[in-house]
Amino acid sequence: MALLEVENLEVTFGLRQGAVKALRDVSFTVERGERVGIVGESGAGKSVAAFSILNLISRPGYISGGQIRFEGQDLSKLSSDAMREIRGNRIAMIFQDPMMTLNPVLTLGQQMVECLKAHRKISTQEARLIAVEKLRQVHIPSPEKRIDQYPHELSGGMRQRVIIAIALLLDPVLIIADEPTTALDVTIQAEIMELLLELCESNNVGLVLITHDLGVVSQVTQKAIVMYAGRVIEQGPTKEIINDAQHPYTQGLINALPQQTLPGQRLNQIPGSMPSLQNIPAGCAFNPRCEFVMDVCKQTLPGFTRSGGCQVACHMVREMKEKAAQEAS
Amino acid sequence: MNAQQPILQVRDLEKRFNISGDFLDQLKFQGGKIVRKQENVHAINGVSFDVMKGEALCVVGESGCGKSTVARTVMGLLKPSGGSIHYNGERIDQLSDRAVLPYRKKMQMIFQNPYASLNPRKTITQTLEEPVRFHNPGMSETEVKDKVKAVMFDVGIDPGWGVRYPHEFSGGQRQRISIARALTLDPEFVVADEPISALDVSIQAQVLNLMMKAQEEHNLTYLFITHDLSVVEHFGTRVAVMYLGTLCELAPTKTLFATPRHPYTQALLSAIPRLQDHRPNHIKLQGEVPTPVNLPSGCVFHGRCPHANDRCRQEVPKLVPQSDGSQVACHGVEEGRL
Repeated sequence: MALLEVENLEVTFGLRQGAVKALRDVSFTVERGERVGIVGESGAGKSVAAFSILNLISRPGYISGGQIRFEGQDLSKLSSDAMREIRGNRIAMIFQDPMMTLNPVLTLGQQMVECLKAHRKISTQEARLIAVEKLRQVHIPSPEKRIDQYPHELSGGMRQRVIIAIALLLDPVLIIADEPTTALDVTIQAEIMELLLELCESNNVGLVLITHDLGVVSQVTQKAIVMYAGRVIEQGPTKEIINDAQHPYTQGLINALPQQTLPGQRLNQIPGSMPSLQNIPAGCAFNPRCEFVMDVCKQTLPGFTRSGGCQVACHMVREMKEKAAQEAS
Repeated sequence: MNAQQPILQVRDLEKRFNISGDFLDQLKFQGGKIVRKQENVHAINGVSFDVMKGEALCVVGESGCGKSTVARTVMGLLKPSGGSIHYNGERIDQLSDRAVLPYRKKMQMIFQNPYASLNPRKTITQTLEEPVRFHNPGMSETEVKDKVKAVMFDVGIDPGWGVRYPHEFSGGQRQRISIARALTLDPEFVVADEPISALDVSIQAQVLNLMMKAQEEHNLTYLFITHDLSVVEHFGTRVAVMYLGTLCELAPTKTLFATPRHPYTQALLSAIPRLQDHRPNHIKLQGEVPTPVNLPSGCVFHGRCPHANDRCRQEVPKLVPQSDGSQVACHGVEEGRL
């Protein structure tokens, strides 16, 4: 059984202008110890997907369909008390901005001890020892001293390390990281990513990494999920997606990176921009920007086609596969 | 076009920001006496470089290294605390507001955040027409309108959208409008301060393409500030790497990416997440960037440098030209240790 199974997840935001579906028909699985990357541009719904796993979608948003099974339990059906037992304890979350995540008026120790005592019956002394140990694991120098400092005394990279330490406090089996390095510099980003990778591997922790940076995804994850306008459009092993993307949007994203073009040459751009969720085009949501658009793309929503280890939601890929199958038979 | 002619010369540029507050805040009680103490942020410390006509000089570095301050000082948005800035041979950093006006027309700036740099209460046409009217008082109303329309067309914004307000546009479109605003005056020199860092990947490519097209068509010279090294590799003619307010290395882009000399440049380049890497393999730096309030003695990088020795701790390294055309400020490279 997979550690986390998300099936046909649908999230709706009830706005004054009418209901807007931020996620539609999103399905993926995370195995124990597996690292999964969710990639997409802003507005693709990747953060909503991450937040809904922990049932953190706040009003006017709600989970309007589908199932999120974690260790066999459907999380969307749990009471808020039962959900609280899972949050932080079994599934931990790392948020985007390390400047905003820590409480500025509590020392690191107070925040960490509080978190431990909420989930376990232990004394403050014991909790402190665990906290120091976790700070050491994330390579914070002299953790015994640092633990009594306030967040403002730490740099951005250090704060993100502390946040990772807090996420690891209760030995979760799954960590959800929502753009954990977007607010940080490249050298710090490289350090934090390496740290996350090392910790997930040594503790056999699953990771769901939300990011817009394909370079980070290819370095850290084993499986990648590409989202566009609230839907999964391609998913499969990261290597296959990076080296041989099938969906025109994924191809476009990869080819748009400056490192894919010779210096000084025109970059391969995807024309237009992502549609707003209020007026997603009929058929395939990507069709107005797609260079291979066909009539069928404007009318019917593409289902998933298998291609190697990947699943691709594209009519063109499906037709190509069907043709290849006919020729073979 | 003479490539060897510098359009902009920056010499020993310094910028300090006084952060000690007003007079009463500066008084401190020390050893039984009240003393007045002033604290400065040393944002730029003796930076010198030339920008050649027609090139794109990229300035890279991590946050807090002073790259945006360089951009703003060059544009005259900040007064330098020391050093000089020459534009086409004329010194421009000490000019009065009135005397600097002709240079403003030739030097334009594109800002980082397209959500904050456009006036939300003006339509696009108003925003774009204002600088044209201001700098060309003789121009007739139809000429102004035609000019703005032509530029909007150039950057891929339908001139018919001119009656709309900035909030009706997406981030990428807004950045196109910011570029259009810079281009309406036919500048020679454009300073772009992280123009694409607020945008999505697919939109970044659109905006970079537009900037390269504008460079070809209008023969522009760019001073391009960014923290994104993969963009630099693509876009820059030469690259200046900054650390804590000083230049570590200044080199042609190809040379820099093929053979980075300064230890900081090497660490920075190794941190770029590449598609084909299976595992991150970067050079780890010890510690953190020191605060620019109390600068380290000697080479500002010595506290984190794996190759630092006593000379690095005491003596400030100067930019020394190398045989491959780059300039490196490092005692180790100068002595041939590295």
